[in-house]
Order: sequence, then structure tokens, then C-alpha cells
Amino acid sequence: MKFLKRRLLPAVLFLCLMIPMMHAQITYDLLLHASDHPENWLTYSGSYASQRYSLLKQVTPSNVKNLEQKWIFQADSLEKFETTPLVVDGIMYLTQAPSDVVALDAKTGRIFWIYRYVVSTDVRPCCGSVNHGLAILGDTLYLATLDAHLVAIDAKAGRPLWNVKVATASAGYAMTLAPLVVKDKVIIGVAGGEFGIRGFVAAFDVSNGSEVWRTYTVPGPGEPGHESWQGNSWEHGGGPVWLTGSYDPALNLTYWGTGNPGPDWNPAQRVGDNLYSDSVLALDADTGKLKWYFQFTPNDPYDYDAVQIPVLVDGMWNGAPRKLMMWANRNGFFYVLDRTNGQFLAGYPFIKLNWASGLDAKGRPIPTPQPEGAPTFPGLQGGTNWYSPSYSPRTGLFYVSAWEDYASVFIREAQTFEEGRRFVGGRPTSPIPGAPNVPGATKRPPINVWTEAAGHGAVIAIDPRTGEKKWKFPMTDTTDSGLLTTASDLLFTGGREGYFQALDARTGALLWKTILGGPIVAGPMTYQVDGKQFIAVAAGHSLFAFALRE
Amino acid sequence: MRLHIALIAAFIFVSAIPTVGAQYPQAEVEVGFNLYNTNCITCHGSNGDSVSGVSFRSGQFRRVSTDAELNRLIQTGVPGTAMPPGRFGTADLAGLVAYVRSMRDFDTKPARGDAARGRTLAEGKGGCLGCHRINGKGSRVAPDLSDIGAVRSPDAIERTMADSSSTMLPINRSIRAVTREGKVITGRRLNEDTYSVQIIDSEERLMSLLKSDLKEYTVLKTSPMPSFKNTLTPMELDDVVTYLRTLKGAR
Repeated sequence: MKFLKRRLLPAVLFLCLMIPMMHAQITYDLLLHASDHPENWLTYSGSYASQRYSLLKQVTPSNVKNLEQKWIFQADSLEKFETTPLVVDGIMYLTQAPSDVVALDAKTGRIFWIYRYVVSTDVRPCCGSVNHGLAILGDTLYLATLDAHLVAIDAKAGRPLWNVKVATASAGYAMTLAPLVVKDKVIIGVAGGEFGIRGFVAAFDVSNGSEVWRTYTVPGPGEPGHESWQGNSWEHGGGPVWLTGSYDPALNLTYWGTGNPGPDWNPAQRVGDNLYSDSVLALDADTGKLKWYFQFTPNDPYDYDAVQIPVLVDGMWNGAPRKLMMWANRNGFFYVLDRTNGQFLAGYPFIKLNWASGLDAKGRPIPTPQPEGAPTFPGLQGGTNWYSPSYSPRTGLFYVSAWEDYASVFIREAQTFEEGRRFVGGRPTSPIPGAPNVPGATKRPPINVWTEAAGHGAVIAIDPRTGEKKWKFPMTDTTDSGLLTTASDLLFTGGREGYFQALDARTGALLWKTILGGPIVAGPMTYQVDGKQFIAVAAGHSLFAFALRE
Repeated sequence: MRLHIALIAAFIFVSAIPTVGAQYPQAEVEVGFNLYNTNCITCHGSNGDSVSGVSFRSGQFRRVSTDAELNRLIQTGVPGTAMPPGRFGTADLAGLVAYVRSMRDFDTKPARGDAARGRTLAEGKGGCLGCHRINGKGSRVAPDLSDIGAVRSPDAIERTMADSSSTMLPINRSIRAVTREGKVITGRRLNEDTYSVQIIDSEERLMSLLKSDLKEYTVLKTSPMPSFKNTLTPMELDDVVTYLRTLKGAR
């Protein structure tokens, strides 16, 4: 609280003035302690530490078999349904593609209102007209739209309060992420790594949408890191930020994963490390100033985006308490960093890979590029991707949705940049006769054409201290599902097959499953209303809510 | 590890094929075929030559030469013409490019045989219809071939006739299952997930098996289709391939 008064008096005063009008007072203080209020789900990843771990434990390994479906919300969209809802005092707020917001009764699924945002026809989404969710502060929801606008919406009326243009959609900028609210700012990043954008993270005043700071992920002339780009390649250097960051209030640092350099597959056009692509950036929450960075994949020729959720863990490391960051990267390595300064503490491959032989003492990969035409492990979609991982403080394990035994052959082509056109410099293909090279990235056919020949999905439980895989839950098809763990040692996961499954977080044993009839391409979440714990997940084109049978 | 070796082996095989037709994965070509039939066929026609000055089959494009350019043009359209911008995802674009390019490959290779003789062989001595179905005739045990000429290159068809295990789509693999009661079930895989597998068995029955009910479950990597390298003459093989290339029935 002391911290709040010192840093944020004006914002707090502003919120206090609003209190009489508010139904659910989502103060910044509540966001700081979101984990302590597990009846609500207040941010995309459940808390600023982004562990996707809930203290709720009404549903347990022994009664999970009594889960039953309580309601379904059918989205008015045939796009992939990638949203993680927020829940505030029994009211659920979710997004449906492309950029609509729905408020409904979290107990029954009955709808209060729908805000339909009309997306500009200028949009150039690379990989689906999707949206991942919302942020909330006070009585206001924050929506990042596909055409790169930031919209504030009255959480009770479902009406827009303000709408600001963040970037130019026709130039390939888009937004699909759930914003992050810190203090009196709403922070977003932009997608567009396949269109030669120049990525950035930007913060806006929650009250009126005026831009407070903007930090480019590709440094311009005169800035440190600019020398890692050749010629003017930095101008179209990519480094998109299309997933919600995390926040450490004590350090006042926000953490953001950045995506691929552009063009994706032709590094000859951008010789150098291409900072700060494929990195995690630690940005001061008040100023956006870069405190430190760690680059996972320098001069990336594979599109190994570091667009994952930064998972913050306070734990012991070699006998001393340490502020850690855990990161299962698309490049197939699992990393542990010191989040105060970005120091590399440990790194281990969590799937089979051949693009690097290992990591050096500073965590830099030792590249082993495969001969032209030979398969590279992991393939384009990576060892994992944007799928939310989970960390359970009870088990001390890090859980990740992984793609195993999966490769692509990367074909490189020189390409000239043109604004608003795809700028990828080649294409990936599959080494397997008949296998798709981007397996159902946009439209997932109900037939599993993927099969054992081209790889498969799994949930892997990693001991962060040793890199040891404590257990593995293999699937036949691949998985794009996020993960959720609870204080009763349950782990919830989906997958492309459309099953929603509860596993024992300690052993990986399957405890319960149900078929939802469409791929789960979103993170499950949990909340409680009137003393009843619910677990909700989007699958296919619907959102399903489960609770124990009466 | 076994899978790894299989992957490498598969790759070596593919890389050894010096044909343009092998450049695009089959699944992509099929994705593109379906999209083409929905989005492109009205103007460009089933042979890709209905727009004057453009013929996909003869590789004649007015504005593009590389795959990347074709990919971009599909997205941007051609302002001032009837070609609209197309909104497709990465995989769909790759599929469309693969199919449009493969249309060229399919036809640039001259047919060496006689389609009518090939049909007689397919329906007679070759015994194709004993397992495959073509335009409503024949068995459903193996994949339907009614549109094989639209989705496979002549090279792929030729290779299949000689060594079908090398070209068989993994989803089409045969499975062998033994139930807890000891009953043996074999069939062609139609779909599979972690807990179950869907097949069409040798009696053309659609079956869905729960893996938890099975004592044994094996996916066979060898195709049950015999090689025709020695049972048909080279000329007969050409005839059959030429006939199969004419099969372009919509799905």
C-alpha cells in the first residue's frame, strides 16, 4: 500500500472517486493480489506472476470424476476460439473472434451484453482473426483489436468509452493479445512478424487512452543493439509482441516475449543477432525503459518466436532465495533466468532438437544448422508455442504443452519488403510425404492427418532445478492447449483432439476426460461462484463450463 | 529413436526424387485443391486456363514468377481486375500455391500411355477395383481414386504403382488390433486420437475402436498394395497412369 501511495497517488485518487459507481471494484491492489482471490480470474494468466495456478481446491483428484458440464456459450464466429475469460464476482468477460466482447453470468452462461467491434477490412492477420482476452481495472475492460486499436469498454454497459489507434493495420500491424494493466496504464504489444513490422510494446493511460510510452523491440540508429542489424534491415525487423506479459511489482518490471525477426526464414537478409527479436525484455512499468534483455535465438532462421508467457517464480536456487523466471521456448529449450537482471541460470532441451547442440555458459545456443533440405527439429510450430504453461508452487514443477518428434524443412528465398505484404523469405515444408507443413495452423480438419509419422503432442512436467522430465502425458495428435494447475494438485489440459482432461499434477495420471468436439486452442481457467468451483475452457467454437455434480 | 530414423529415411527418399511434382507435400496440394474448388474455380476453371492470358497448367502467369509472389498475389488480388484480395491463413495459402503449382507439374509431363487401355487394365487385369473405388465402382477398402488425377502428380502415381509404401499418406496406414477377447481386426485407418481409432475394415465396415479395449494395437507402415513393377509391362503401367491422371472428379 505504501508502494501504491508513493508511486501512484493520482491514479488511486481517480479510482477512489469512481468507487461509488462501481459494481465490482477491481482496484490495482486487487490485481496485485489476484492469486489471493481465486474466486475471480482477473488477468489473462491469472496473476501478474502468470503461473496459471489457482488456490481453489473444491475439485480434487478424488472427486474430479464427478465434474459435469454446467453450461455452454456458443460463439458467433467460426474462427479458432483462443480466449481465456476473466471472471469478476460471478460475471464472466470473454472475447469472441475477431474482436467482440461478451459479458455473461458465470454460473449459468446467460448473456448480459455483447460489444461487437467492427474490424477494418485493412487487417492482415498472419494466422487467424483471433483474440486472446481482456484486461480489467475498476469498471473498465480493455480490448486490443485485430486492426490494432485499443478500446476501453464500460464493464456494466458494454459500451466503448474510448478507442485509440495503436498502429496501422494495412501495414501489417495487428493485435490479438489480452492487454496487461499495471497501475494506471494499460500495456499492449503488436503482432505482424510476417509483415516486416517494427515491433513495440506501448503503455496507455487507463482513463483516456493517451500513449504514455512506447518501446520498440528493434532498436533504431544510435540505440544500443542497433549494430546487430545490417544496413536498413532493422526497419522491417519484426520482433512482434503478441502475447500478454508478466509483472513483478517489487522490481516494477514488466516482462515481454518478442517474436521472430523479419523476414522469417531468410537470415541472410539480416546478418547479425537481430536484437531484440526472439528475446525476453524487462521494461520499467512506468517509463518503458529497457532494464535488461535475454535473447533466446540470435539471428533466428526458423521463426522460433519467444512469444511465450514469462512465468515468475520466487524460489530457492542453489540454496539461496532467488527471483526466477521460467521459460519453455519455442526453440525447444527450457530456461531459468534471474528476473532481476536477466542472468542465465540453467537451460535444458525439453524435446528432441537438432538446430543447436546446446547452450553455452551464458545461455547462447551453439547452432548446428542442418544441411539444405534436411529436417530441422523442432519444426516451424516449435517445441511449444504461445500455449500458456503452468507452474505449481505445491509440486515445484513447470508444465508445458509440447510438440515432440516434429521437424520442418526450411526453404529460404530472398524477398523484397513491400508494406502490407507478407515478408517471410521462404517457406517451411514437411519432411514427411503427405504431411502438412503448417499442420492446421488456421483451419484444423477433424481428421487427424498429422499422425505418428510427423510428431505428436504431450504435456511435460519439468523439474526446473534439474531439467528432468518428471512425467509425460503423450497424445496422438498435437496440442495447442494452455494448462491450468490447482492447489488440489490437478492439472487441466486440452489438445487438438478435442478432449478436455484432468491429470494428477504429481504423476501425470489421467483422472478424468470429456470430449468437447472441437480442438482446444486456449488456456483453461477456474473460478468460484456461490461456493461452487467452475472450470472453463474454449473448444471448437464454444466455451464450456464445468463444476461438480450436485 | 525409431521414429527419428524413419523420418530421416523418409527425407532421404523424398530428396532423391528429382521431380518438380514432389516439391509440395501431398496434404498441402489437397488443401489447395479443396480451396481452389471453392474459391478459384468459378473464374479460373477446373483446368486453370479460363482467364485469358493465364494458364496455371502451362505455368503461364501474367504477374508472378516465384511462389512468394504468387502467395502475395492471392492475398492482394489484382486491383482493377476481377481478381479480389483473398483472406487466407498461412497453411491455406501454402496449399493454394502448392495446388496451383502442381497443376502445372501435373500437365507438363506428357502422358505416355493410352487412357482407354489404362481403364480396361485398371478394371481388369490390374485388379485396382478389388480394393479401390473409382466413380462409384469397386471396393472401399483402399482410398477412393475418383479424383486422384487432380490431387496427385503423375510421378507420385507412378511411384505408388511401383512402391506404394513410399507414397502412402500416413493417415491411410493399415492397422491391426486384437481385442481383449482375442478377436483380430484389420482395416485402413480413417482417423485416430489418443483414446480411439476409426477404421474401415476389410468388409467395408466403419468401426470405431477404443484403445483401452484392445490387447494389441499396431499401425503398419507397409502398404498392403502390391507393386505392379513386375506384374504389368512398362507400357501397361504408362496406360494405367495415363488413365488415373484423367480422374478429376470433384469430391
